Amino acid sequence: MIVLNNLHKSYITGNNALHVLKGIDLEIGAGEFVSIMGSSGSGKSTLLNILGILDDYDEGNYFLDGKLIRNMNETKAAITRNQMIGFVFQSFNLISFKNARENVALPLYYQQVSRKKRNQIALEYLDRFGLKEWADHLPSELSGGQKQRVAIARSLISNPKIILADEPTGALDTATSFEVMEILKEVNDQGITVIIVTHEHDIAAMTKKIIRLKDGLIGETIINGDLKKYREKVKSENAFSYV
Amino acid sequence: MFDADIWQEIFSTIRKNKLRTFLTGFSVAWGIFMLMVLLGSGNGLQNGVREEFADNAVNIMWLWTGETSLPYKGLKEGREIRFTNEDYDFLSGRAEDVDQVSSRFYLRGDITYSYGKEYGSFTTSTCYPALQEMEMIKLTQGRFINDLDMKEFRKVIVIGDDIRKALFKEEDPLGKYLKVGSVPFKVIGVSLDPGSEENRQAYMPFTTAQRLFAGGNRVHSFAVTTKMVNTAAEAEAIDVRVRQQLAQRHSFDPEDRRAMGSFNMLTEYIRTMKIFQAIKLFVWIIGIGTLIAGIVGVSNIMLILVKERTREIGIRKALGASPLSVIGLVLLESVLITTIAGYIGLVMGVGLMEGVNFGLEQMVAGGGGDQIFFRNPTVNFHTALAATAILIAAGALAGYIPARKAANVKPIEALRDE
Repeated sequence: MIVLNNLHKSYITGNNALHVLKGIDLEIGAGEFVSIMGSSGSGKSTLLNILGILDDYDEGNYFLDGKLIRNMNETKAAITRNQMIGFVFQSFNLISFKNARENVALPLYYQQVSRKKRNQIALEYLDRFGLKEWADHLPSELSGGQKQRVAIARSLISNPKIILADEPTGALDTATSFEVMEILKEVNDQGITVIIVTHEHDIAAMTKKIIRLKDGLIGETIINGDLKKYREKVKSENAFSYV
Repeated sequence: MFDADIWQEIFSTIRKNKLRTFLTGFSVAWGIFMLMVLLGSGNGLQNGVREEFADNAVNIMWLWTGETSLPYKGLKEGREIRFTNEDYDFLSGRAEDVDQVSSRFYLRGDITYSYGKEYGSFTTSTCYPALQEMEMIKLTQGRFINDLDMKEFRKVIVIGDDIRKALFKEEDPLGKYLKVGSVPFKVIGVSLDPGSEENRQAYMPFTTAQRLFAGGNRVHSFAVTTKMVNTAAEAEAIDVRVRQQLAQRHSFDPEDRRAMGSFNMLTEYIRTMKIFQAIKLFVWIIGIGTLIAGIVGVSNIMLILVKERTREIGIRKALGASPLSVIGLVLLESVLITTIAGYIGLVMGVGLMEGVNFGLEQMVAGGGGDQIFFRNPTVNFHTALAATAILIAAGALAGYIPARKAANVKPIEALRDE
């Protein structure tokens, strides 16, 4: 589904070039459930932006579903995003003056689906996440967990191949976080590739594969079966850092 | 791009910012309102002055004689110059630049008009039939002098409305005979110039008057219409040429204005109209300037709006909004605000001027409109149409920079969590 070859990215501010990604080689298959971890500055957000075609890269290749994504113009990138990728954000990013149903229906608006039809589909998706009664409520009238469920419904409505979630539980309490992760797991069970960026170990532990970034390179990749071992390792790391 | 959804999007943002939308719209409405009032006033002034010219054909020219004040070709100054019927034949025949001609012969002293027991002293204008068109004489009854009256030296007369009132009271004057001095004349028409207080003038055939009052072949003055031209310089050149032709016939210096006086209406008319064209241009410049101030306001507001909505635009782009749809969103909102607000200003401006016009018409109809140099201060349909086109273009212009800014919003930056 996703193939990255020797991906480089630098940000130029004034005379300083900040080399963020220094040659990422990565392969994520269809239907995987992956988390990307790393300390701040490790380049995980940059990587997510590139994967989401929100940002361009300098060197290397990025293949999405077999197609090379490179130097796309904005219009084409918008269409690809709309068809292939669903976004879930830490701060939900719902449009404040639109109710839940309208928010969920928005991606279909950009696919020129008729108003009636897209509202109907949006209602189905809301129903799936137990939010049917909240369809006419504004985001400000919803709890954090509800907001994130609306956002997930919105990311799914255009039938994307990939869900990119940037700290999806960052603004939620533990119980709600697990609820949201459960939903993402269900989504993944339907065969959609889910990639989440997180810095919380227990959230990452719920995914099937963890990619740790370190200074713009992939530090290590841990597969599901090794998670127990990984947890212990993290504990010892944490213990070490507290000393 | 123009489906119902985009309008819904726009209306929901407008609803969210009612006061700001109102203030923005107000500046545009004010701009177009001022433009309409200024243009209307300019038109009103122009129409008022044009009305002043409406007593006569604009290309009329009067010629009269006097004594020479300059020596010419060995002839001394102080000679009396006299027009004759031959000059009429010349002017109406061979003369260059001259269209219609009417001769006038002045009756000596005060002439008393009488009918039955009523009498009064009035002005007599002796003329050719062409004078009706040249001096735009309007009749309320009967007819004007015709060629047959001239040929047969008929004793017929067209009287001004004041003469009718003074001599005939309520009686129908047509066909009745009144006495001019001691000679009976048959009344064939009544003239009325609604703009003028003076309707104390009577018109009689020139030929009749010349014969009856012992004029010989003497003509005191001519009224002629000249070729129509568009510039004051050309009009003046006509004046010079007509003078030269007559100067040659009567052997005086064409520059000698005492020997022959002349007044060319066309030069004045063109000059006045030129001034109004300049005023109109000036009005447009001021009006457009006011409008630009309003448009800058709209542009400013839209810029703030785009900045405020950066996050929303970022979300939309992440969800698949193309740059074009983002531009459309901002541009249409701007065009909508300017067009609606501008239209309101347009209607109010036009409405005000129509109201003023209505008031003026009432005053004129009531007989008090004589001193008003202000007539029909309205804006015509084409101007209103042009103003509407300017508005829509202005709205697009006001929205363009903010829209481009919106289209350039980077989703990454917009969505970055603070």
